[in-house]
Amino acid sequence: MNAALEVRKLCKSFGALKVADEIDFCLERGARHALIGPNGAGKTTFINMLTGRLRPSSGQMLLGGEDITELGQAARVKRGLGRTFQINTLFLKLPVIDNVALSVAEREGVAWRMFRAANAHRGVIDESMDLLQTLGLAEDARNSVARLPYGKQRLVEIAVALGLKPRVLLLDEPAAGVPSLESHRILEVLAALPGDIAILIIEHDMDLVFRFARRITVLAQGAILAEGAPAEIAENQRVREVYLGERHV
Amino acid sequence: MTHSGGYVADPRFRAIEWLPWLLALLCFFVAPSYLPLGSYVLTMIIFALSLDLVVGYAGIITLGHSAYFGAGAYIAGIFAARVSTEPLTGLAISTVGAGLLGLLTGVVILRTRGLALLMLTLAITSLCLEFANKATGWTGGADGLGGFAIQPILGLFKFDLFGKTAYLYCLVFLFASWWLVRRMVYSPFGASLTGIRENDVRMNAVGAPVYMRLVVSYTISAALAGLAGALLTQTTQYVGLKVLGFELSGELLVMLILGGIGRIYGAFVGPLVYLLAQDYLAKQFPEYWYFGIGMILVLVVMFVRGGILGIVDAGIAKWRGASA
Repeated sequence: MNAALEVRKLCKSFGALKVADEIDFCLERGARHALIGPNGAGKTTFINMLTGRLRPSSGQMLLGGEDITELGQAARVKRGLGRTFQINTLFLKLPVIDNVALSVAEREGVAWRMFRAANAHRGVIDESMDLLQTLGLAEDARNSVARLPYGKQRLVEIAVALGLKPRVLLLDEPAAGVPSLESHRILEVLAALPGDIAILIIEHDMDLVFRFARRITVLAQGAILAEGAPAEIAENQRVREVYLGERHV
Repeated sequence: MTHSGGYVADPRFRAIEWLPWLLALLCFFVAPSYLPLGSYVLTMIIFALSLDLVVGYAGIITLGHSAYFGAGAYIAGIFAARVSTEPLTGLAISTVGAGLLGLLTGVVILRTRGLALLMLTLAITSLCLEFANKATGWTGGADGLGGFAIQPILGLFKFDLFGKTAYLYCLVFLFASWWLVRRMVYSPFGASLTGIRENDVRMNAVGAPVYMRLVVSYTISAALAGLAGALLTQTTQYVGLKVLGFELSGELLVMLILGGIGRIYGAFVGPLVYLLAQDYLAKQFPEYWYFGIGMILVLVVMFVRGGILGIVDAGIAKWRGASA
């Protein structure tokens, strides 16, 4: 078994609308894999099924060989599945470090403690601080997230997920809403992520996709249209028609 | 000083946090004729603290917290009338009983959010009120339950006519409740409740058992509310239907908003100001006193978010800004 995450014949329909149509998908260990597709292709639905926010109509999902199809969101996180959100989903009023510490505390299993001060949990705080350091957010640790520029908030979004020390990380449009001048910073951060994390990235910024990904899957109308190395995908005629083509015409 | 908890917040006591306790003791010696009112204020502060934990920190919006206050009050009353008038046992049983009711109801209603949750909390306290009203054999119905004389505390301290023992009894349990709530607010558990309030979607995504955590916080809060209710029964040696229903829940929420939500000491300031204002206005303007209460609330809500303590904070910040 070399797959970090495997999906077999995954289906999801809302009434007559099929948003996932027998998706077979495999994310290798340490993968740098991109999922692309036009708007409405079912990318976010796919991510929501992987994380357990949405129940599939049928099919199977395996995390590190273990069947997780019936597991809830929290149980999948405990098994090493982390995610970020397309739209910032942060604790806006809280300090940046608390955003990360809340996630670290859950992973370390200390979040039920009622009597020892949060402030006395040096392990949690130091680890959160180290994470912020690597992402270049250390100076903002005590500021509330709401006061950061959007580009930095996107980095906090990633930091919260990294606090879980995931084996598989799903990045839902990490550069969405970030001015192109700043998106190189996101790419730098992504490129520096530990090699043993298997990463699946959904992204519309093709520049970022082709620089980051070693493998690309194209989704269209809920089904897989093509999969391969970036060069193959760039040359694929059908992909150009439904997706890339739109940009180059 | 908002006492919002979290990982960078310093949990050590500030000097000013001794002020409420000094004032409470001062009141004991200086204003003995106010002790019965004082005991009532102290129990309402415990009740407001319990509400602050769920509304202010966990973000569970409720108009039904009197269900647990009332449950504690009636359990204490029934226990005293039928089983034993020993106060500490009665208090313990009432606290646990109200906590259990909180657990049972919380498990059901905390699956919902927002308005649906608000309606369910209202429904629960209304059900409890109707139950207490109809179960006359146990509760005395509309007449209430009285005629029991609570034994001296630990066999040593008799409940006197002037309410001295009652006042100190309430003060001791307020101190314990405050200590517990303050600890929880500054703990990782408290931080996670704040996280759930701020963004439950993200708390789910980092693997937090959001629903379980809400149920636990709700249960603890219900137990505290029950403790407050039991104290009221024991110190007044009577329990009536007023301890249940929407009116008391609403009044409590008003007190907490008045003092300031999600900052611990708002639960101290709110009931104190509200009940003193009520006492004063009811004596001066027996027909219009509710108008005065309404005016205070409108002014506070319109002009300062964060209640009276919010005003104090803003004032201090301004003063510091001016002197710097």
